[in-house]
Amino acid sequence: MIVELGHFAMILAFAIALAQAVIPLVGAHKGWHDWMAVAHPMATTQFLLTAFAFAALTYAFVTSDFSVSLVVSNSHTAKPLIYKISGVWGNHEGSMLLWVLILTLFGAAAAWFGGNLPATLRARVLAVQSAVAASFFAFTIFTSNPFIRMTVPPLDGRDLNPLLQDIGLALHPPFLYVGYVGLSMAFSFAIAALIEGRVDAAWGRWVRPWTLAAWVFLTIGIALGSWWAYYELGWGGFWFWDPVENASFMPWLFATALLHSAIVVEKREALKSWTILLAILAFGFSLIGTFIVRSGLLTSVHAFAMDPERGIFILMILVAFMGGALTLFAVRSQAMEAKGVFGTVSRESGLVMNNVLLAVSSFVVFVGTIWPLVAEMVFDRVLSVGPPFFNMAFTPFFVALAAILPIGALLPWKRGDLRRTMQPLWPVLVLSMAVGSLVWAIQTGHSALGPVGALLGVWVVLGSAVDLWSRTGRGAFAKRFARLFRLPRADWGKSIAHAGVGVTVFAVAGLMAWETEDIRVAYLGEPFEHAGYTLTLQDVRRVQGPNYTSTMAFIDVERDGRFIDQLTPERRFYPVAGMPTTEAAIDYGFIRDVYLVIGDPQDDGGWTVRTYIKPFANWLWAGCIIMALGGFLSLSDRRYRVAAGARRQPTPPKGPKTVAAE
Amino acid sequence: MIRRGFAALALAVALATGGGAPGPALAVLPDEILDDPALEARARELTKELRCLVCRNESVDESNADFARDLRLLVRERLVEGDTNDEVLAFLVDRFGEYVLLRPQADGVNLILWVSAPAMFVLALGTSLVYLRRRRVTPEALPKRLTEEERARLKELMGD
Repeated sequence: MIVELGHFAMILAFAIALAQAVIPLVGAHKGWHDWMAVAHPMATTQFLLTAFAFAALTYAFVTSDFSVSLVVSNSHTAKPLIYKISGVWGNHEGSMLLWVLILTLFGAAAAWFGGNLPATLRARVLAVQSAVAASFFAFTIFTSNPFIRMTVPPLDGRDLNPLLQDIGLALHPPFLYVGYVGLSMAFSFAIAALIEGRVDAAWGRWVRPWTLAAWVFLTIGIALGSWWAYYELGWGGFWFWDPVENASFMPWLFATALLHSAIVVEKREALKSWTILLAILAFGFSLIGTFIVRSGLLTSVHAFAMDPERGIFILMILVAFMGGALTLFAVRSQAMEAKGVFGTVSRESGLVMNNVLLAVSSFVVFVGTIWPLVAEMVFDRVLSVGPPFFNMAFTPFFVALAAILPIGALLPWKRGDLRRTMQPLWPVLVLSMAVGSLVWAIQTGHSALGPVGALLGVWVVLGSAVDLWSRTGRGAFAKRFARLFRLPRADWGKSIAHAGVGVTVFAVAGLMAWETEDIRVAYLGEPFEHAGYTLTLQDVRRVQGPNYTSTMAFIDVERDGRFIDQLTPERRFYPVAGMPTTEAAIDYGFIRDVYLVIGDPQDDGGWTVRTYIKPFANWLWAGCIIMALGGFLSLSDRRYRVAAGARRQPTPPKGPKTVAAE
Repeated sequence: MIRRGFAALALAVALATGGGAPGPALAVLPDEILDDPALEARARELTKELRCLVCRNESVDESNADFARDLRLLVRERLVEGDTNDEVLAFLVDRFGEYVLLRPQADGVNLILWVSAPAMFVLALGTSLVYLRRRRVTPEALPKRLTEEERARLKELMGD
């Protein structure tokens, strides 16, 4: 009964979404206030109905209602409760429901917090947002309905893919989807602005918090996915340049570019049409990502819904929205005349370079991802594009980005002086060069990757610190130090996020350059050495898990005679899904992870053991978290608190305050 | 493409359900490793460049499929016989087609792929430089005076 109610609520939400996509738009066009005003309650209702539908599906999973087809194919009574819940979105249909839930949540949030928007703009934003929601409701209901019942319910379910029974999976999709879907807000704002024919500083200020929020979640989502792959897939890779990963990375790059160009719109009223285009592309690429993931058109290690019919439906959504948006853009963008005038050496130029590099690197990823498809369809060449290509083609742009970051961040608006900007940066540059050379000297025989990573990491992190310090103005050290903590949170956010980039760049380089590996047959009680660590296989036991059986090895890790940890790598077998998995055991450390994997038993009584030392692995995710933290700090700055202005001033704010310019 | 997708899926399912294999083997196994560390290092480098044809987008180095193991052994065999890296790759392309290469060859239409990134960068850089130059309007070039209309509006606003 509850399942039917959920099903009904979802259909009702679809109907409301359709109405909300039309009525406020007509109202805004004709100037009918009641037609515009209706968008607000509609957005709220749409969200509540979808939330109910989602809760109903969750209920079906938690109570193991095996009359629902989706529960049968993705759940099992013996599965731990947390994975019963995460199983709701651990499959195609359920994840689409989560997707529309987040879409409607953003729509409702725009209604709740959009009190300070001009009435017509708000009506149009809500209408466009609802049009996006309506198309995904249609997709969910007509091609991927999660509420389909079974005619003959089986006694038990077929269990969730064991790889997905993991805390990483429980968290990764929701974060990623909030990011993906959050970009729809930037898209809705862009379309609404194009319809209005007006983009000004205020628009830039309204769009930024939404984009920033989406970006923060996308960052965390990607980091979680990478971390999950690192410990779950059994060889400690963190990024494979797989189509599905690229699908999340392209919107991230565009969102990052959008964040920066929206600043120029907000502060300087320039780069308007480019920013609009970026907002369209950012969401466009999250649709392309959805298409890649759901269509199974590109062979991916992560794909879970191979269905050409669904692919075509998403392709239609993509073509309709991108075609419409880009046409509208072509017609209207001329109207966005830029106001700001600035010199070639200025913050504006720095941000333009940032955008060029981010957009081009995203383009590289895009071309590499779809090239196998194009080559086969157009040129009849069956080929692959894999990590070696991406590493080679992508890295130069990111190196360039890291190299210009501290300089661009310190340049003043309008007209800058490179020599004066570089003044506080020279010591940082010298220091980072010194660190780079030192690393080069220590690591003898490795590639240039490590030293370059160290150089860039130090340059970006210290450069960000200098940036923050420079905001404290002039005067005595103690005074400046005191001022440091009274700086706007946006300033802190900017520096922290940039420092996060530095940490991540360093970690990626370090991990790739200095990772070591040992593969051998280990025997019980016979210690072996790797990279200064002594490892001893103490025991191998059979262990019974809740819904799996496990072969668990107990390996002691010692260094210089000092006991560090006992690690328990496992090989599990999930009988219901009939699937084996390897569970790596990791001793997380500040400068290195010890990563152990156990393999097959050998005829002579030994066991295959793989030992990895992964230097700076944790820095990678820490860097992403630091970036996200910077984003959060910036978001909490009172200037961007979307609702704050609404309560204090009844009229729409006139423009940004330039006092605490970044 | 789609057909191959399904074939790969079917194979992946077959492998996942333990078709033949007793359990998840590890990618590179101890018995595969060559005695000569230099040769072994070259083998590892090479297998990272090769696609496991029966897997879903995994390299031969990472995959635990039987096919990947065969290819790893084959690569090592060739290296022991004294092939250069290029010869090994050419040999494999000859047998399995260029689909096996994860780094596409830079020839023919593939040049589009390889050149697209630098070309796009040059294009974007050029466009942005033109834009930046155009934004650098000197104050003199801006209209200095108000039009009659604006003057009237200003007066009205000032309340004179």
